[in-house]
Amino acid sequence: MQTSTSWRSFRTAAWLGWVIESNWTDPFLFAVYSIVKPLSGAAILVIMYGVITEGNFDSALFPYIYLGNAFYIYVGAVMTGVSWAVVDDRELYKTLKYMYIAPINIPIYLLGRGGARFIVGSIAVLITILTGVFFLNVNINLAEVNWGLFFVSLTIGVIMLALIGLMLAGWTLITARHEGFIGEAVAAALYIFSGAVFPLDVLPEWLRPVGYFMPTTYWLELLRRSLVGDVAQAFPTLSQFSNLEILGVMIGLSILFGLVSVWVFKICDNIARENGMIDRTTNY
Amino acid sequence: MDNLNSNPLTRPYSRKDIGWRLFLKTIIARAYPRIVGQQREISWVLFEILLPMFAVCTYVFVYRALEAPEEYVGFVVMGGAMTAFWLNVLWSMSSQLYWEKQQGNLQLYIIAPNSMMAILLGMALGGMLATCLRAVAVTVFGMLMFGVTFQIVSYLQLFAVFTLTMIALYGMGMMMASAFLLFGREAWHIANLAQEPIFLASGFFFPIKFLPFWVAAGASLLPLTLGMDAMRQLVFNSEFSGGFLPVSTEIWILAGLAILFIVVSKYLLAYVEKLAVREGRITESRR
Repeated sequence: MQTSTSWRSFRTAAWLGWVIESNWTDPFLFAVYSIVKPLSGAAILVIMYGVITEGNFDSALFPYIYLGNAFYIYVGAVMTGVSWAVVDDRELYKTLKYMYIAPINIPIYLLGRGGARFIVGSIAVLITILTGVFFLNVNINLAEVNWGLFFVSLTIGVIMLALIGLMLAGWTLITARHEGFIGEAVAAALYIFSGAVFPLDVLPEWLRPVGYFMPTTYWLELLRRSLVGDVAQAFPTLSQFSNLEILGVMIGLSILFGLVSVWVFKICDNIARENGMIDRTTNY
Repeated sequence: MDNLNSNPLTRPYSRKDIGWRLFLKTIIARAYPRIVGQQREISWVLFEILLPMFAVCTYVFVYRALEAPEEYVGFVVMGGAMTAFWLNVLWSMSSQLYWEKQQGNLQLYIIAPNSMMAILLGMALGGMLATCLRAVAVTVFGMLMFGVTFQIVSYLQLFAVFTLTMIALYGMGMMMASAFLLFGREAWHIANLAQEPIFLASGFFFPIKFLPFWVAAGASLLPLTLGMDAMRQLVFNSEFSGGFLPVSTEIWILAGLAILFIVVSKYLLAYVEKLAVREGRITESRR
């Protein structure tokens, strides 16, 4: 049966990404690796919170911080995963040039590499949330969860993150190896401006508009609302908007960011081809 | 005879660098390409400064959201500045031998008549430009953006703590490098894994005394744990800056760790180098 080039590129890249991610060690060590890093990140916030509040984990701020941080793992995994594939293939495996001459769709291939990171990220998100529920009093009532809103938001958000990752992949194509940090830098910036671990009102007033322009702000808000409803709505930042309104804003911004990302990738891809950067290695 | 000596191709090898001269020259030789290479594309400056600032800002705003005392903002800024040194040791020293193996340089280092420790120190020194820039930028940014002020209790103790922490830290980095020499593909993952867990255990963003005693005691094997704890006590003179241990005790422990790590790294590096040669891992490049 004939499969489309795009689907074949995506499927093969996702499989390749998964193999690269997981087969460097035995399954046990891989599981530990996948869990320890995100849990440590969460534990830093938990201890900071515990020190200041003297262990009062009943405040609405705690699930706000905890869930925001847990879902933010996807940003690092998917967005950075797509852009890091360029560094991996070009600098480490030195296979990017072969990918370019193979009968595949390059942007779709890079998105597929991010797909593998999505799987690893999902495991980390799930374990982080379960840890919060079982040990830290993060109260998620499965019967009250808005599952429809949760899955719609999650799906749109992950696609949006992958497309932003494509923009960063384009940028990475035209810069040196140390720009593997591009993905990390953007993820770190979004961590602040998306109100992932603190309400946007804490930001200085002149910085808040940046947060309102980020689709991740609305994405995290919807995920929190779908899981812990009232707790998330207790903070004034977006409380005047209904779920549907926030979903509409998120979809609009995701489309905008997606279009810009594809456009930026095309330009960078062109520059990289013109200047012979597809097989460039930079290590010192 | 004079003609022979003036010709560089036929001149006898009269000045053979050995001992400390060779050691120092090796350090400079390895630091040189890193420093020069960084100048070829200076966009790294942007990322080296931006990245830690974002992390610092995030933790500061979390403390602000929790209405924490302002001293905690200073703790975060100091922790953010010190991350630069940990990341330099981790990525530019310990795991660098893995990259050198991938690039094919490692076997050249082994067959050359120089000390492996000198090569590692050269790597660290070459990365120091970015490291210091990062640490200073975070500190200045913290002072300007968040109004962090420092009240230094004792300059002498502060100097001693910082110096001993750096010696112990880079000694530990050399020890870790010897382990990385044996790693294949897992090196990148191990280095990646040694970030957040270390930030947690060493109390980069909160005072270590809030961890259970034995956890803090175990984490004290990492030089930055006691180093930062002592520095917090010495530069933030407030009721919140009480440390895990008294500063004088921490200085003695850091001195012990510095000696221990340097001595152990020398022997471990030599041993692992031999092992890697024997098992044929110097040129092995599993991808």
